[in-house]
Amino acid sequence: MAGKHEVETHGYDVVVIGAGGAGMRAAVEAIEKGCKTALVCKSLLGKAHTVMAEGGVAAALGNVWPQDNWKVHFRDTMRGGKMLNNWRMAELHAREAPDRVLELEEWGALFDRTEDGRILQRDFGGHRYARLAHVGDRTGLELIRTTQQRAVALGVDVFMECKVVRLLKGDDGAVNGAVGFYRESGDFVAFSAKAVVLATGGVGKTWKFTSNSWESTGDGHALALWAGADMIDMECVQFHPTGMIWPLSARGLLVTEGVRGDGGVLKNSAGERFMFDYISPYFAAETADSVEEADRWYDDKVNYRRPPELLPRDEVARAINSEVKAGRGSQHGGVYLDIASRRSPEYIRRRLPSMYHQFKQLADVDITAVPMEIGPTCHYIMGGVRVDADTAETTVPGLFAAGEVAGGMHGANRLGGNSLSDLLVFGRRAGLAAAERALGQPGAPAVAEDQVEAVAGHCLAFFGRDGGENPYDLHHELQETMQDLVGIIRTASELEDARQRLGELGDRVEKVGVTGERAFNPSWHMAIDLESMLACANCTTLGAIERRESRGGHTRDDYPQADPELERVNMVTRLTDGRYSVTPEPRPAMPAELASLLEEAEAEEHGAGDPASTSEVKVKEGQG
Amino acid sequence: MRAIEQAAGPTAPAGAEAALPAGPVADLRMRLWRGDSKGGDFVEYRIEAAEGEVVLDVVHRIQATQAPDLAVRWNCKAGKCGSCSAEINGRPRLMCMTRMSTLPAGEPVTISPMRAFPVIRDLVADVSYNYEVAKLIPSFTPQEKPPEGYRMQQVDVERGQEFRKCIECFLCQNVCHVIRDHEENKERYAGPRFFVRLAELEMHPLDTLDRRAYIRERMGVGYCNITKCCTEVCPEEIHITDNAIIPLKERVVDSRYDPIAWLGRRILSRPAPMTAAQVAERTRAGRGARTRSGSGSLG
Repeated sequence: MAGKHEVETHGYDVVVIGAGGAGMRAAVEAIEKGCKTALVCKSLLGKAHTVMAEGGVAAALGNVWPQDNWKVHFRDTMRGGKMLNNWRMAELHAREAPDRVLELEEWGALFDRTEDGRILQRDFGGHRYARLAHVGDRTGLELIRTTQQRAVALGVDVFMECKVVRLLKGDDGAVNGAVGFYRESGDFVAFSAKAVVLATGGVGKTWKFTSNSWESTGDGHALALWAGADMIDMECVQFHPTGMIWPLSARGLLVTEGVRGDGGVLKNSAGERFMFDYISPYFAAETADSVEEADRWYDDKVNYRRPPELLPRDEVARAINSEVKAGRGSQHGGVYLDIASRRSPEYIRRRLPSMYHQFKQLADVDITAVPMEIGPTCHYIMGGVRVDADTAETTVPGLFAAGEVAGGMHGANRLGGNSLSDLLVFGRRAGLAAAERALGQPGAPAVAEDQVEAVAGHCLAFFGRDGGENPYDLHHELQETMQDLVGIIRTASELEDARQRLGELGDRVEKVGVTGERAFNPSWHMAIDLESMLACANCTTLGAIERRESRGGHTRDDYPQADPELERVNMVTRLTDGRYSVTPEPRPAMPAELASLLEEAEAEEHGAGDPASTSEVKVKEGQG
Repeated sequence: MRAIEQAAGPTAPAGAEAALPAGPVADLRMRLWRGDSKGGDFVEYRIEAAEGEVVLDVVHRIQATQAPDLAVRWNCKAGKCGSCSAEINGRPRLMCMTRMSTLPAGEPVTISPMRAFPVIRDLVADVSYNYEVAKLIPSFTPQEKPPEGYRMQQVDVERGQEFRKCIECFLCQNVCHVIRDHEENKERYAGPRFFVRLAELEMHPLDTLDRRAYIRERMGVGYCNITKCCTEVCPEEIHITDNAIIPLKERVVDSRYDPIAWLGRRILSRPAPMTAAQVAERTRAGRGARTRSGSGSLG
């Protein structure tokens, strides 16, 4: 390119940004539809955060419980999301997940098997039946390797360790490319594209204690926001109930929900299974209220109700938080997750090999012998870029989004196992719609040189500032701010405080100084990632201020109840002329046939009833 | 070696120190290799120790407080992604799964990038050779799907599942002396990670492709002389040599020299194993994908 900065350029039909499950699945689809496709990823191929998914991929295959079908999965997903889900996404997801899982098998995946040789399914929180196809507790690795090998076999062009800094737009307002740099060399690279798919994952690195990997800095959310796209419900952040808490070095690391699915229970310092005290009225009819019933459920799901340890994640995380606050926590400020006293060592090692390994190596704890110490950890953002359910297209033409970066599918709280299926279902749909758009456009769009130049200049400006702020310090401050003020339990005064501090941090990020060279310089990468993280933190904080209720992953101490009026709206955040705004906007109403499906499923649930349904339900103040 | 003169931070108060388990608490001496493809050297950093840390934590603290441009590759910090491979006190390991307390107390800890690959900068090696080999692997080719779907028994998938635990940290590639000591062999040798992949495909209950000639002629399985270095360093504890490489070697030899197998093929008129060229033609791997580094020039 002939500008002031040397920039390598490439032309593609479809450019996919992010190479986790959603990005790889999108790339596979685009290639199969005949598109010249690039896959751009911030890390090496196959290292994306998807590898950390453990428990499984949810799909109503009905292999273990023939009663299961897409309607039950749809209903579980909507109720788990506290009805804030985009109903059409939840419907497509429940209908298509089984095909997407079976397709992985055609590409070489080796899931655990049932006695009769079909895919085995395991129990997880919020799912009526055992529904998660899995490979021990390393299902994410299986998913990423399978899609990776498929994409490589199809001949995808991969741009590894390449950070995209901004999207490019044409005069018609459509996205038509992207610009970034190779981390290895620091050299700039620009892509022209007829369609761009964002599949960049989450924002977890904005919080101090998180299960998320290095890459989860909200890049795709920010790219979309800067390109003028709408974001929805960014306040809905999931804190996974079971993260490691000790040693400090491992704090936040995920402990799979599969531990509870396979029989593990939560206990406080007095040894009590406290979850029985936190069964909210919303889930009372479907949750066991005695230890005896809960323990029978593992073998008989028709006549008994689910143990309260397998309530949706938002419920369990709040309960743990309350127990610790009430002084019944473990030595290091969590609670105990005990599978050692409930299952044999052989069973635990076979079903949960990674967990066994992780605790043994990092904490010197043998989980077949003693309970684990766990506590909530920032895990997932339900909110994200607003998309059309069927095509995954954002509100900006030419820009698509799939996976964690897209909002709507999971409402206010995601069920475990629904993430991997989301990646597959909407990764495919995004790749398909992007391919259709690309194939309908003759000629390659020109790369807007002035936009590329501006981005290159912006990135390099960090090097010119002597004595500037340390980017690692700013990241630390951002994490402390979000952890302390926009955490599991929120309140108006703290959120306002956070908003102000984020404003100040924004000013300081502009003063960050970077020393050294451009080649593989992590402080430079951090400086640029900070811009994405700050954009996401602002959206989350604004959404959290505006949503004056408690729903799913968003809990307000000052508004502890769900507000039926707010169930009908998305909190839409936008960035216009450098100013963030938030607006409640009505959500599309569910068509009558799906609504009746939910009611039917519910009636069945209550009718199927349970021997103990007349006993009293104990509900404690759960949101202290 | 250059030395960075920097005082360690304040030590922990005596009370807190007493509560910690035995081990080095005062300060750590970390000798990190710094440099690029043009050359470099170890630089010593002194930093306060903290309880329960892994090597990667200490490297990150050095980065945040003393050496902001220190290049280190990492992702999950949970032993699941295989990004932070390096040589710690000369031993190839994952930095995120090596606890400081397992290293000799009071002695400096040296960390250098994986030696079998070209260095990019500091602790980051150029592992693109591995991604080039991956493109050459003849891909999974399943049998036709029956109307009721595929059925496989747990016992049959478990063999492949062991191989699919691989996190692609490339430590096995790094210690394999066929390429560690002979750069030129990279052109004709796939290395342990890809023998694991090939064994997985060969033993996959649904796969139909015969890769034996290709494994012998193009993947170079014969170069391995079973020193088991790869197995020793595998963080996933995959029995690379015993379960993948030796069975592959046996299959490859059987297909070529076993007269009974030859006779069986004649009698049952099974197709002969495909030649390397035939397999290469069947796989679309290697098409187009981009390489950006000078290391892996596989033909």
